[in-house]
Amino acid sequence: MPTQKTVAATGNTVVAEAMRQCAPDVVAAYPITPQTTIVEEFAAFVAKGRVHTEYVTVESEHSAMSACVGASAAGARVMTATSSQGLALMWEELHIAAGMRLPIVMANANRALSAPINIHCDHSDIMGARDTGWVMLFAETAQEAYDNTIMAVRVAENDDVLLPVMSTLDGFITTHSIDRVELMDDESVSAFVGEYVPKYPLLDLENPVTHGSFAGLDGPFFEFKKAQREAIERSRKVINDVGAEFSKLSGRPFGMIETWGMEDAEVAIIVLGSTAGNVRHVARGLRDAGMKAGVVKVRCFRPFPFAEIAEALLGVKAVAVMDRAESFGAEGGPLFLEVRSALYDSSERMPVIDYIYGLGGSDVKLELIESVYKDLTDIASGVEAPAGLVYLGTR
Amino acid sequence: MSTWDVSSLDEWKSDRFPLGAVIPESGNSRDYVTGGWRSERPVRDDVTCTQCLICWIMCPDSAINAEDEKVTTFNLAHCKGCGVCANECPADAITMVPEGCDLPEVK
Repeated sequence: MPTQKTVAATGNTVVAEAMRQCAPDVVAAYPITPQTTIVEEFAAFVAKGRVHTEYVTVESEHSAMSACVGASAAGARVMTATSSQGLALMWEELHIAAGMRLPIVMANANRALSAPINIHCDHSDIMGARDTGWVMLFAETAQEAYDNTIMAVRVAENDDVLLPVMSTLDGFITTHSIDRVELMDDESVSAFVGEYVPKYPLLDLENPVTHGSFAGLDGPFFEFKKAQREAIERSRKVINDVGAEFSKLSGRPFGMIETWGMEDAEVAIIVLGSTAGNVRHVARGLRDAGMKAGVVKVRCFRPFPFAEIAEALLGVKAVAVMDRAESFGAEGGPLFLEVRSALYDSSERMPVIDYIYGLGGSDVKLELIESVYKDLTDIASGVEAPAGLVYLGTR
Repeated sequence: MSTWDVSSLDEWKSDRFPLGAVIPESGNSRDYVTGGWRSERPVRDDVTCTQCLICWIMCPDSAINAEDEKVTTFNLAHCKGCGVCANECPADAITMVPEGCDLPEVK
């Protein structure tokens, strides 16, 4: 069993710590609020010789991810971090990293996208990347951000997967708040992630290969995309297996979803990231007052845990999805679309209401979450309640 | 160098293709014929040519053939007709001629 040290630290500090413990060969990164302290603290580790990483300072996130793609194709273990506009600037290379099947691990500090300019938490940036082919993990706390970063390396580099993984944490709320975190000792993390053995490294001069080739009209582009789909489908088992192995080591449970009170819940909220804690807190209070409230927290958004969610919602009378991102013109936010789709094949289809909340870091007050549970209770008992999409707590 | 056998490519399923579209050999761009992109073809005048080899250095597609340090022919299977050679030639020995019905066989 690993020695664990309890510290008081921000999410960014422990992500930088996890990166150091995973010992990447190359980190190419560009600072952006609220991710900056991750790469700043990691750069300090490199400067002090606490990790032997080639740290590439670049002129933009477009270059950061380009350098990561090149380094990963060369055969290196590669990690980076970004946020918001930076992630948006990486858009091209995100697809390339996934298409070239490069197991890059990247932390994202979830933040709103302009305009208007805003540096605070929502999931607009990360949801813009949901179709890039990356595996996407969400952290509620600094602890989960630390754990996910370490697990991400194992998932990405697994032979059945070989896809890039994003490990996300909520901007400021998780990146900058000081939290209680248990850190594993270096040797245990090192043994857990193991050594990366690349499949087709460019630097293997004995076996020359061509990366980034062309697959046009007659080329098998379509088949390569199918292979990518098969890989992310296989990642479901790998994520669960790696999570189970990590749980044994750390004593902290991991599942693609985490449920609270769902055994007999009549009303439930589905949520991603840091707000899950607030929702659980409110649900606990309402349970004391007699409401059968439940919570489903989604820890892995890509691949999406359709079956797990449909199963967790069996017996529930009304469901609310809390979306911290918009998909303008769609029937609801990104999480809502997935949840409703998960229910289509389920034996039970209950009303599902989408609540768009907290955009640009707008406050998620406990009363607002309580009002969502009240709406759900009304719907469950047949009282007229909001239908369609609700903007929660706007002026 | 290993050669990549793609003779049965049409029967391959997605699991047969190498990871991430990697080609397990190098130097294979010569197998990709790009001469068909050309609308103008370079023609070299052997009398005016001083054999300075500047065209051979400048050609972005390595499509100028040379033997014993002398330019011989253009590799028309790969020349895209960009005209860099004609532009760089200090002796004006290369002319770009529109492609017409007397196209040489491109193979």
